[in-house]
Amino acid sequence: MYRIIRAQALAPTVTRFEIEAPFIARKRKPGNFVMIRIDDHGERIPLTLADSDPAAGTITIIVQAIGKTTKQLCAKKSGESILDVVGPLGTPTPIEDHGKVVCVGGGVGTAELYPITRALKEAGNTVYSIVGARSRELVILEHEMQAISDTLFITTDDGSYGRKGFVTDQLKELLDTVPGIGAVFAIGPLPMMRAVANLTRPYAVHTLVSLNTVMVDGTGMCGGCRVTVNGTMKFACVDGPEFDGHTVDFDELMMRNRTYVAQERISEELHVCRLTGETREAHR
Amino acid sequence: MSTINPLKPSERMKIPRQEPLEQDAAARSVNFLEVSFGFDMDRTVTEAQRCLDCKTPYCVDGCPVGIDIPGFIKLVIDKDYVGAVRKIREANYLPAICGRVCPQETQCEELCVMGKKLTPVAIGKMERFVADYEMREKLFTPPVIRDHREEKVAVVGSGPAGLTCAAELAQKGYKVTVFEALHAVGGVLRYGIPEFRLPKEILDIETERIKALGVEILTNFVVGRTATIDEFFDEWGFSAIFLATGAGTPTFMGIPGESLSGVYSANEFLTRVNLMGAYRFPDYDTPIRIGRQVAVIGGGNTAMDAVRTAKRLGAEEAYLIYRRSRAEMPARQEEIHHAEQEGIKLLLLTNPTRIIADDQNWVAGIECQKMELGEPDESGRRRPVAVKGSEFVLPVQTIVEAIGQKPNPIIQSTTPGLSTSKRGTVVTDDGQKTSRPGIFAGGDLARGGATVILAMRDGKNAAAAIHTYLTDRRSSTTDHA
Ligand SMILES: Cc1cc2nc3c(=O)[nH]c(=O)nc-3n(C[C@H](O)[C@H](O)[C@H](O)COP(=O)(O)OP(=O)(O)OC[C@H]3O[C@@H](n4cnc5c(N)ncnc54)[C@H](O)[C@@H]3O)c2cc1C
Ligand code: SF4
Ligand code: FES
Repeated sequence: MYRIIRAQALAPTVTRFEIEAPFIARKRKPGNFVMIRIDDHGERIPLTLADSDPAAGTITIIVQAIGKTTKQLCAKKSGESILDVVGPLGTPTPIEDHGKVVCVGGGVGTAELYPITRALKEAGNTVYSIVGARSRELVILEHEMQAISDTLFITTDDGSYGRKGFVTDQLKELLDTVPGIGAVFAIGPLPMMRAVANLTRPYAVHTLVSLNTVMVDGTGMCGGCRVTVNGTMKFACVDGPEFDGHTVDFDELMMRNRTYVAQERISEELHVCRLTGETREAHR
Repeated sequence: MSTINPLKPSERMKIPRQEPLEQDAAARSVNFLEVSFGFDMDRTVTEAQRCLDCKTPYCVDGCPVGIDIPGFIKLVIDKDYVGAVRKIREANYLPAICGRVCPQETQCEELCVMGKKLTPVAIGKMERFVADYEMREKLFTPPVIRDHREEKVAVVGSGPAGLTCAAELAQKGYKVTVFEALHAVGGVLRYGIPEFRLPKEILDIETERIKALGVEILTNFVVGRTATIDEFFDEWGFSAIFLATGAGTPTFMGIPGESLSGVYSANEFLTRVNLMGAYRFPDYDTPIRIGRQVAVIGGGNTAMDAVRTAKRLGAEEAYLIYRRSRAEMPARQEEIHHAEQEGIKLLLLTNPTRIIADDQNWVAGIECQKMELGEPDESGRRRPVAVKGSEFVLPVQTIVEAIGQKPNPIIQSTTPGLSTSKRGTVVTDDGQKTSRPGIFAGGDLARGGATVILAMRDGKNAAAAIHTYLTDRRSSTTDHA
């Protein structure tokens, strides 16, 4: 059992958890993730490590309630526990001094971007960050990102905060006006990362994206997380999750990620029914 | 104690080999309950009377861990079932598991003298009965551990190799910690072999018995990531390490269409079902999607387990596609036989060439070509060659590839100085020693895909080698003092 030391709401559907996991806390690097399973009937899902405190023996994850498991997790309070947490998994982000970098986070992807941005800053980069969200209340980690960025831009789809539009609008402006951008790090929904990669390709700026795939074990034993990168099969959980965005077959990945939509709906409905005490029939 | 078979050899030879009790084929092909009930007590005793108690028991030569087979059979004749299972346990710590999954027909039973002219003694089914009897009657008593030693040993991986090594070392008095990457113990016994062949309850009981020896098991611990081998030596205070991480990385055929939804590796398919309980979705959260027609590619135990699982998950047609002929199939005969009874269709001498998609990027079919057997290849088996113009398309919506696994590289790539082969296995000598002092390896990690009993043999050998290594080290440090 892994105890939740602190649960804190960051946005209406986004919660930050500090969880007791001393071994993982000691070894975490930017770009690493954990697999968690809430209870005995639960699924194993990957969650990126946003931070860790080796002295306190805790790790930080930031979770958006979107599916059954994440909703169940986000309903947990300080003092409650999670059955399984394993990690740190995946290949850490290569951190170098590129001179100037742009870090682009979309939605809860900003949480995954945060530790990478911080490491890039510490490595001496001039950091431009772009945080995008659908609307104002979904903008997360603004102050944290502000503190580790030389310049922070916010975009919202509806214009309720920052610049109205997509992260790519802001990114294009930077690419056109700031000379010498050495690399772009983009983490967010797949369509966003694909758009970023398509945008930077003609500029030939190295672009790293972090792929969220279907995963079962997270250690390289199932192949469920396979993606086509540069024409060859890679396992996102061990070879990634970060890859050169210009070589990823996004279309294929987006289709693969739809494999279980029907089942996910059943799972979620059932979960809601259990919470509200309604029966499945009544729900129909 | 009388240990003499009252029957004359000629009388023993007249007794027919006993048939195991099994769940009806139609009923079982839609449930996950155990297929074989094995022998009841009467059958076990009758079967035991068939044994000729040979002066030179060839059966023992066929047993990778050298169980005293005629010895335990004599105890069965005496109806001392607990004595019999204790006799087995002297050589094999997991008899209830081996009695179910060992390929006896190519080991002890293949060499049994009775098999030369008649049918071999059903050694495996008797092993299973006495082990189950002891479990059912709760007559197990843990061995008494007399020595206590200071050294700590780490065992990495909780499959049959790791569990056996841990049990052996604990009985020698070492402090043993087993590290397991997954959330549950057992390796392939947990995530690979289905409930209908090996009920997980048996694995749970065996695991508890190993813990009762004082072995500590840490799950959710990926060695190489959560801590490295060198940290185990330098910071955790382990004096020796046994690597038994198996061969868990799936390989894919490399044919077009493998990224489509509906294509699984056997590992993913079986892990979803066995480890994660997807066959009880939505009661369990992990989903699996099964088409009306399912094709499993491969001819080994893994392929058999996958195709029989697919049938149980509701596939109307479950095909097994194998490019050689039946005689070359590496799967256990009993499993092939069971599969056919359950209505699995074997497409032999058939090789997949391409996976066909529907407009939603789901699998719609698999294109195959017919093969014929040509000249023998390096493995001594006749090489299958394609028959020109024999392509055909089989409509299927789910495909499971069970064409082999290789070792997971996480530890090898984070442990400097550990020699590996081209196939990715860790290189060891006969005593399970690797290229690094204090590090031993065995099971599928050293062999590539093999068997449960060979993994257990490696675990035993490694325990003996670790004991020698640590004893030598102890005496050399006192010599210098
Ligand atoms: C579906 C299937 C059916 C089979 N059926 C049979 C059969 O009927 N009879 C038979 O004799 N054999 C059978 N086999 C083969 C047999 O199961 C294996 O040969 C045997 O399990 C190997 O044992 P092992 O201990 O070496 O490894 P495994 O059983 O593979 O166990 C290795 C363990 O190590 C863990 N691990 C891996 N990496 C790490 C790490 N870095 N840190 C910590 N832990 C790690 C894994 O999670 C796993 O639990 C079958 C295999 C499969 C896949
Ligand atoms: S070879 Fe067969 S008959 Fe002889 S001792 Fe072994 S089991 Fe009995
Ligand atoms: S999640 Fe199973 S191999 Fe990557």
